[in-house]
Amino acid sequence: MEISGLLFYLVGFLTMGGIYAVLSLALNMQWGFGGLFNAGIAGFYAIGAYSAAIITAAPSDKHLGGFDLPIVVGLMVAGILSGIVGYAIARICVRLKADYLAMASIGIAEIIRLIITNEDWLTNGSLGISRIPRPLEGLATGRTAEVIFLAFVWIIVAVTYFVARRLRASPWGRVMRAIRDNEAAATAIGKDVQRFRTQTFVIGSVFMAMAGALSAHYFKFFSPDATEPLLVTFLVWVMLIAGGSGNNLGAVFGALIIWAIWSLTEILTGQLPPDWATRSSYIRMLLIGLFLQFVLQRYRAGLLPEKAPRLDIELTRTRDLN
Amino acid sequence: MIDLINFYLIPGLTLGSIYALGAVGISMIFGILRFAHFAHGDLMTIGAYAALTAVGLTGMSPLAAILVAIIVAAIVALATDRLFYKPLRELPTIYTVIASFGVALMFRAAVQLIWGTDNQVYVPGFQKPLIFFDTFRIATRHVQIVGTTIILAVALHLFLNRTRTGKIMRAVADDPTLAAVAGLDTEATIRWTWIIGAGLAATAGVFVGLDTDIHSNMGWNLLLPMFAGALLGGIGKPLGAIAGGMIIGIAEELCTYPFFGDSLISPSYKSAVAFVIMIAVLIIRPQGLFRGRLL
Repeated sequence: MEISGLLFYLVGFLTMGGIYAVLSLALNMQWGFGGLFNAGIAGFYAIGAYSAAIITAAPSDKHLGGFDLPIVVGLMVAGILSGIVGYAIARICVRLKADYLAMASIGIAEIIRLIITNEDWLTNGSLGISRIPRPLEGLATGRTAEVIFLAFVWIIVAVTYFVARRLRASPWGRVMRAIRDNEAAATAIGKDVQRFRTQTFVIGSVFMAMAGALSAHYFKFFSPDATEPLLVTFLVWVMLIAGGSGNNLGAVFGALIIWAIWSLTEILTGQLPPDWATRSSYIRMLLIGLFLQFVLQRYRAGLLPEKAPRLDIELTRTRDLN
Repeated sequence: MIDLINFYLIPGLTLGSIYALGAVGISMIFGILRFAHFAHGDLMTIGAYAALTAVGLTGMSPLAAILVAIIVAAIVALATDRLFYKPLRELPTIYTVIASFGVALMFRAAVQLIWGTDNQVYVPGFQKPLIFFDTFRIATRHVQIVGTTIILAVALHLFLNRTRTGKIMRAVADDPTLAAVAGLDTEATIRWTWIIGAGLAATAGVFVGLDTDIHSNMGWNLLLPMFAGALLGGIGKPLGAIAGGMIIGIAEELCTYPFFGDSLISPSYKSAVAFVIMIAVLIIRPQGLFRGRLL
């Protein structure tokens, strides 16, 4: 492969990697900070993608809108809608053991999948929404445009990372960790456990929708196929656990590394004859599942294990919190 | 009215039987091992395909192949527990939930690798329905599925109430600490939980194939209504799970009946019924109809 082709491939890789990094950071807010199990990432991702698509796409009589509005508006609507859904489900489930939220979130993803495949007036059903714009599209074409979009994605990654970092280091983040590690103690000192959990779930849901919106703009076309639970929900879980739950930098690294492994093996298996190519894609799934088990049993803390952020108060000098 | 029974209630009972048998395992595993088993649907798929191979190789009837399905699923479940769940037993159970999420994917990938992704049937062709009193037209397969489920439910009831193992299982589900203090063998109980849970799931998987056809994704698609059935019945209450699964199945079918001129909901939203019931249970009565454990 010539060098420019390789660079071009790298741009595509980093764009998708960035979208996964946002998802992984968002899951880190829910699972890493709050110990909340979300098995329906694909659902929140789909809400984001379809909101952004409907708001920003050129007008069409095949689905609602498109309203041809600025991309920022699309991102806002995506975040708000996803946040509302996240709030509703969290309110019902956070008072129960995490398993109940896991079951209910599977349900959310399923309902959203039903809606986007069946409500043709809204989403054009399985045919999907096309002509979704990218930001600053008029400025450049071809490969330059790809680079501009890559920058856009990583600006969002940076924003997400910054928010996650601030949240974690704040008093709010300390309460979240306290709840996660010892719920009874956190309740005993008067923290409203359910409120904090609901908050972290909603914030995570909002950023998952951002990732969905980004991918809608990236693909310029979005159909229900893109919300396959394996590629969205499962891969993101592997990314966060391998990278290091609770550690934001770990979430980003995990996303990039797992995405690299996932796409490189796809290239490798793509070289095989067609009959073997389909088979090897199942072997690939089997191996990524096995990889998750391995990490869970041996390297649960992940690549970059969680470290409690430094406290800027007297306490640190008198007592080692770790 | 006859249509309601022939085309909605009977298929509802059939679907309910499938959900019920799957929900028993989920409820027992949640009650005894304390985690939501996300791979239960795909365990069902493995059972269904094991029976497919047995039917293909020996030409035995699908009903007889249930035995093969049970054995294969039980062995797979015990091996999975040993390899992937047991090492995480000392940790918060949410780690086991994550592990089971991964196991679900591995099961599905294995099924796709071995048997492919096409829809498959056990016995091709059309069966003539049985006609009772000139009005009730009931497919033979529906009689087989509902009948077997009733027999299994009675057997399960007797097992849980009359045998020592069954009583121990209920004791562990009710209060694991007390059961351990009383010197009950937890590991043996866990093994029995897997054998029964996997066996019933495999039976349900074969029923899916008997009723329609089997597909590598079928188990994952059945997971939501099975969870809903287990929650509705009450966690740790196997017979509650049977009732819960039945209610979900019947509700899904009846919701598409045109009670008021138009069908209540579009058939494509049938699987949303399970979710709505699940949410209602979580809001109104999280311990379920039969006062299960609230974890």
